[in-house]
Amino acid sequence: MAEAPGAQAGSGTLQLVSRRTHLKELALKNLFLLCAGVAVAGVVLIFAFVGVRGWPIFAEVGPWAFLAGREWNPTAGLYGILPLIYGSVVVMLGALVIGTPLAVGTAIFLSEIATPRVRSIVRPAVELLAGIPSVIYGFFGLIILRPIVADVTGGLGFGAVTAWLILAIMIVPTIAAISEDALRSIPPGIREASYAMGATQWQTIYKVLVPAAKIGIIDAIILGMGRAIGETMAVLMVVGNAPVFPESVSEPIATLTTQIVMDMPYAAGEHRTALFGMGIILFLVSMGLVALVRLMSRFQTAMESGR
Amino acid sequence: MALRTTPIADNAPNKITVKELDFFYGDFHALTDITVDIKEKAVTAFIGPSGCGKSTFLRCFNRMNDLIPSARAEGLVSLDGQDIYETGVDPVDLRRRIGMIFQQPNPFPMSIYDNVAFGPRLQGVSKKAALDEVVQTSLERANLWKEVKDILGRGGLTLSGGQQQRLCIARVLAVEPEVMLMDEPCSAIDPTSVQKIEDLMAELKDRITIIIVTHNMQQAARVSDFTAFFLQEVAGDPAILVEYDRTSNLFTSPKDRRTEDYITGRFG
Amino acid sequence: MSKRVTNAIALGLLWTAAVITVAVLGTVIGYVVINGIGELSPRFIFTWPEGVAAEGGVWPTIVSTLYVTALAMVIITPIAILAAVYLAEYAVQGRLVGIIRFAADSLASVPSIVMGLFGLALFVEAAGIGFSMLSAALALSFLMLPIVMRTTEEAIRAVPKYIRWGSYGLGATKWQTVSRIVLPAAMPRIITGIILSTGRAVGETAVVIYTMGQAINLPVSPLDSGRPMTVHLYLLAMEGINLPAAYGTALLLMILILAFNLGARFFLRRNRKV
Repeated sequence: MAEAPGAQAGSGTLQLVSRRTHLKELALKNLFLLCAGVAVAGVVLIFAFVGVRGWPIFAEVGPWAFLAGREWNPTAGLYGILPLIYGSVVVMLGALVIGTPLAVGTAIFLSEIATPRVRSIVRPAVELLAGIPSVIYGFFGLIILRPIVADVTGGLGFGAVTAWLILAIMIVPTIAAISEDALRSIPPGIREASYAMGATQWQTIYKVLVPAAKIGIIDAIILGMGRAIGETMAVLMVVGNAPVFPESVSEPIATLTTQIVMDMPYAAGEHRTALFGMGIILFLVSMGLVALVRLMSRFQTAMESGR
Repeated sequence: MALRTTPIADNAPNKITVKELDFFYGDFHALTDITVDIKEKAVTAFIGPSGCGKSTFLRCFNRMNDLIPSARAEGLVSLDGQDIYETGVDPVDLRRRIGMIFQQPNPFPMSIYDNVAFGPRLQGVSKKAALDEVVQTSLERANLWKEVKDILGRGGLTLSGGQQQRLCIARVLAVEPEVMLMDEPCSAIDPTSVQKIEDLMAELKDRITIIIVTHNMQQAARVSDFTAFFLQEVAGDPAILVEYDRTSNLFTSPKDRRTEDYITGRFG
Repeated sequence: MSKRVTNAIALGLLWTAAVITVAVLGTVIGYVVINGIGELSPRFIFTWPEGVAAEGGVWPTIVSTLYVTALAMVIITPIAILAAVYLAEYAVQGRLVGIIRFAADSLASVPSIVMGLFGLALFVEAAGIGFSMLSAALALSFLMLPIVMRTTEEAIRAVPKYIRWGSYGLGATKWQTVSRIVLPAAMPRIITGIILSTGRAVGETAVVIYTMGQAINLPVSPLDSGRPMTVHLYLLAMEGINLPAAYGTALLLMILILAFNLGARFFLRRNRKV
């Protein structure tokens, strides 16, 4: 090993940090930081490029007429997106109402009830649900669910109800995975303490575990909300795409995301600006939800350290 | 068994000198006012109750504590008379000269051969013949060669716990360190392997200086020439070095009452 | 109601939730397989769609999908891995790291149509790349970035500390430790994360529909446009012109996704080191 630099260690004084090594390590560190900065650059670029295209709509149409306008009719120069916001909210809320019990129930099942064997089937199934492309969900909804919904509610089956069912399935993996993490991070001693006091398994789940995992479950639901608001293709294929306030939940509606896809191919001028304006609103909403989740976890840390 | 043949002379050279060392983790003052001379080519044992800072102290010698952002040492630690905390000293070079064995055997997830060759390769050795030789010599010196010479390509993690620890020793020996720090090297392995590692230490100390942290007083008595006893008297206060002496003296006629209490098992 | 009865009913409901979840997955997959299996033939896979009703095969769409996915993977993998190395090994908790993590989380939750608009505005129009594999791959890579970053960071953090100590203890520098010990040990999990994120890219529609174009074309250069399988399926389904071909495309897409997912699982089980 005599030819190796540094191998003469064994006698003599300690080497100082060589300038070359130092510079190399420093350069690498900064290169990595630069890579990590790409994530930040992504967010900034989205703001810049979607925002710059969409911003003029607030000036041209006016924020009030844009956000609270009740009529979306680009050919008549009317760019009110309230019916689209309404559509997004209705679709999201219905999906949450159906999807949350299913997802949280599945999470509790996975974390508290399933034997390892059952778990090894259910868990990959939940993960696989997340992997199925939204266009396949949309296709499934269009061909299978829509006629069934049509039979039950009348009409063609294009509308909020079909979207609820499809979206409910699509948000299950998001909510279930995060809720399960929250439940599994509860120390096992807490369960034993509850059983030792004579609680049944359900009482333990309902009175001890779910409250303990509360913040995590709420996080999961918020992220599920984000997923539901942002979902595009699956909703697009089943809501019917009419940018109006519907008489009932079984009539066609449109959401912010679906309207962008529908109009983009032919939109020009102010119409196109309005679509980008809707994009920036969607982006702000999804970022706001992420910020909310972070605030909640900070709040939780503060509570726990305060105790 | 090659146990201690000649006692270390009183005037044996000091390999490592520590003067008035204080050590902090952020606001926590972990060690205070430690002064000690480590003799060359001797085995020195650090003993004391858990949490008394002996592992922290050990990690000052090769600046492993640098990896913890809030850690900070004040005072002098010198190797062959040179301050290792002096500005500009390369901790990387220091760690080549002062090897370390950890409590948990930690082979890398690669073959036995690659584990031992890792250090020499870092230093730029790439010729197959040279590496083969280093690998064989190091494994022989770690008393592991006979057991693994036919399975050098197998993963290091497939060995038993005791073999893994000897593999880690071979890995350190391959970079020809002058000092070997051993942080409770036997606490996570089976008793027969402990015997092998203690024998190994006796063989190695002809060539290198060994410092071992151990919970096990019998082990300290068996393997070491010098022993230092550390104690944190009040929880939250920094730990101190209570007594440092030849092992034979410390265990038979301790000068400090607290040392006596500890080695006779009255606390800790 | 006695607490035993309540308990039994409640547990029964939780079982039901899990059974529904699995049953839904089974139904969706079963439906696509049963209706699509009759369509699959070498002719369907390897020939071009013909005529107004897209009779014939889907070969150019398969190529477009795989092309754009591979391109996005090549673009984002090194960046995402090094970014994760920074977060897991180099970064000191603080404001900067907080901002990076928030940005990554935000990217992960951007609605895919917004990412599509972004790709259209920046790559297709402002950068002048036009509807192309490259534009779509660049937009997709921002979608994949947070996924690969997160799985890689988790994989790196799962490498035990004491293995790093062994390396530092031998005098390895930080980069030597990371490149020779930590990354190889974490590699199976990193690769799994990459495979999963490419699965996501394969199934993505809204990002590529306005960045790749919709014309059927067999891409050769990264600047060529094309139509991915997802967009093909969407158009066939919505126009209702050729339902059998839609089923066939859906099945192919599903097979690709399942292959990516199961492949990732299998790979991880075979190669897990830490």
